[in-house]
Amino acid sequence: MQFFFEILIGGLLSGVMYSLVALGFVLIFKASGVFNFAQGAMVYFAALSVVGLMEHGLPLWAAAIGAFVVMVLLSMATERFVLRKLVNQSPITLFMATIGLSFFLEGLAPLLWGNEVRPLSLGIVDEPIASILDSTGVLISSFDLAAAGIAAVLVALLALFFKATSIGRALRAVADDHQAALSLGIPLQRIWVVVWSVSGFVALVAGMLWGSRNGVQFALTMTALKALPVLILGGFTSIPGAIVGGLIIGAAEKLAEIYVPQLLQAQFGGNFGGIEGWFPYVFALLFLLVRPEGLFGERHIDRV
Amino acid sequence: MFYREAGQFKTSYVADSQIFPIRQDRIAVCSVLVVAFGVLPWIASEYWLTAILVPFLVFSLAALGLNLLTGYAGQLSLGTAAFMAVGAYASYNFQLRIDGMPILASFALGGASAALVGIAFGLPSLRIKGFYLAVATLAAQFFVLWALTKFPWLSNNSSSGVITAQKISVFGVDVDTPVRKYLFVLGVVTLMALVAKNLVRSHIGRAWMAVRDMDVAAEVIGIPLMRVKLLAFAVSSFYCGVAGALYAYCYLGSVEPDGFSLDLSFRILFMIIIGGVGSILGSFLGAAFILLLPILLDSTLPAIATFLHLPFTNATVSHIQLMVFGGLIVFFLIAEPHGLARLWQIAKEKLRIWPFPH
Repeated sequence: MQFFFEILIGGLLSGVMYSLVALGFVLIFKASGVFNFAQGAMVYFAALSVVGLMEHGLPLWAAAIGAFVVMVLLSMATERFVLRKLVNQSPITLFMATIGLSFFLEGLAPLLWGNEVRPLSLGIVDEPIASILDSTGVLISSFDLAAAGIAAVLVALLALFFKATSIGRALRAVADDHQAALSLGIPLQRIWVVVWSVSGFVALVAGMLWGSRNGVQFALTMTALKALPVLILGGFTSIPGAIVGGLIIGAAEKLAEIYVPQLLQAQFGGNFGGIEGWFPYVFALLFLLVRPEGLFGERHIDRV
Repeated sequence: MFYREAGQFKTSYVADSQIFPIRQDRIAVCSVLVVAFGVLPWIASEYWLTAILVPFLVFSLAALGLNLLTGYAGQLSLGTAAFMAVGAYASYNFQLRIDGMPILASFALGGASAALVGIAFGLPSLRIKGFYLAVATLAAQFFVLWALTKFPWLSNNSSSGVITAQKISVFGVDVDTPVRKYLFVLGVVTLMALVAKNLVRSHIGRAWMAVRDMDVAAEVIGIPLMRVKLLAFAVSSFYCGVAGALYAYCYLGSVEPDGFSLDLSFRILFMIIIGGVGSILGSFLGAAFILLLPILLDSTLPAIATFLHLPFTNATVSHIQLMVFGGLIVFFLIAEPHGLARLWQIAKEKLRIWPFPH
C-alpha cells in the first residue's frame, strides 16, 4: 500500500508539470480560439534562451527576464507575421499554422543557442523530504513540491487575470468571435500579443522547471504531446481543468506504467513497459466517449 | 487559347460523366502516363529511380490517403504513419505466415488491416471532431508503434522490431531491379489514384464533402454520418496501409517501427497542405515538393555558406531545413490555402484566355 501511495504521489506531482504546459495551451485557446501546437516548441525555445543567456554570463534572474523579453518579441512577431494574416480563418487552418510555427521554432532555437543538451540549475534541491520520509515512509521530492507550489501560484494569478481585469474580459470576448470583438473596438492585435506573451511566460516557467529536471534539450518539445491528453480530459477552455486533468493524467499514467505491464506480462509473457507513451491518450479518449466536452469544458451546441 | 473547352460538346451521359471531360486534360494525363511508364524507366538513372521516383510515388499514395480523410471528409489526422506501419507489418506477416500468398493479395490484406485499425481509431470521430479527433489519431500513432515493438510475433521475433521485406514477384516476374520496382509501384499508385479520383466524384465523395463542410447540416439532409465518417477512415487507412507496404517492400527493404514516427505523419500532412487540401493532383504535387525541397537545400545551402564565409555544419543545415519547412507551411496557409493544386488551376484559367487578358 505504501508503494502504491508513493507512485500515486509521484504521479500527481509529475502531473503538475503536465498542467504547466497544458496551461499555456488553455490560455491561448481561451483567448483566441487557436489551438497552439507550438506550445512545446515555445517551452523548448524559452528554456534554451535562459541557458543561452546564462552562458553569455548573465545570472539566473537576469537570464529569466531576458528570456521573457525574447518570448514577448516572439509573440509580437507571431502576431505580426502569422496571426494577423489569418484572422477569421477556420480553427483547423490556424492549428496547422501553429504546427508550421512549431517547426520554425524548433529550427530557430538551436540555430541561435546551439543544440547540445545542457543542464540548468534553479537552486532548488532535488532530494526526498526527510520529515515525510521518516513519518510515513513515502518518498516526496522537494523539487516536485516546489514545482507544485510555483504552479499553484501561477494558476491563481492567471485565474485572477481572466476573471478580474478588463483585459481578461476582452480576451474572452475575442475567443468568442474575432470579428464581433473587432467591431466592438477591442484591439485584437494587442490582445493577441498580450495573450501569446502570457503563454510565453507560462512556457518559460514550464521550460525552466522541466529543463532543470531533465536537462535543456530537444526532448522538451515533446512536453506538448504530454499536455494534449491533459487538455482533452480537462476541457480546452478551463484553467482548473488543466490542473485537475494534469493531476489525473499524471497519476493514472504512473499507476498504469507500474500495474498494467504486470497484468499483460501475466497474460502474454514478455516485457510490456513504456505504455506511458500512449496510455494517457487512450485514457483521455475513453473519457471523451462518455463526456465529449471534457471535465470542465463548455458544452457546445451546434445549430444549422 | 491552349486550354479551351469551347466546342467540346457532351452529347451523351457517358461523355458527360467521364473522369477527364476536357480533351486537353485527357491528352495531358495520357502523356504524363506515357512518359512515366514508357520513357522514364529508360532514361532515369538508378539514383533517380530508387531515391526520388519510388519514394515520390509512395509518399504520393500516403498523401492521397490522408487527403481523402482530411481534405475530402474533413477529419484531421496526425496518425498517418501509424496506418502505414500497420500496412507494412501486416503485409509482411501475411507474406510470411501463409505459403504461396501472392504479393498483391498480401498488400491488399495489409491495406485492409490498416483499414480495420483506422476504423477502430476513427470511432471517436462519431462523438468528437476537430482538435479532439487529432489527439485521438495521435493515440493511434503512439499505440501502434508501441505494439509493434512489444509484440515480437508481429516482427517475427526480431529483437528491435526490424522487419526485412521478402523478395516479391508479381505474376511470375521478380520485382528486384530498380526499374521493375519503379514500374510496380507506379502501376499500383496509378490504379489507386484513378480509383480515388472516381471515388471523390461519386456519391461517396459528395457525402464526404458535405460532412466536411458542415456535418450537422449533412446529417439533417439525410447523410448517414456514422457510415460516411467510418468509410472515410477505412478508405484513407487502406491507402496509407498500401503506401506503407510499398514503402517497406519497394523503397527501404527493411523497416523498423521508429521509421513510422510522428515526424513522418507530419511530413505527409505538410504534403497535403502545400499540395492542396482536397485535391488528388495536390497530393502528388505536395509529395514532390516536400521530397525535393530537402535535396535542394542540402545541395545549395553549403554553397551559399561558403560564398558568404559562414561557418556551416550538418546540424545547421538540418535546423535551417526545419525553419524552411515551418515557414513554408505558414506561408502557404496565408498566401495560398488551397496549395499548389490551386496554382495549377489558376494557370489553366490564364491559359484559357491567353493571349488576351479578358
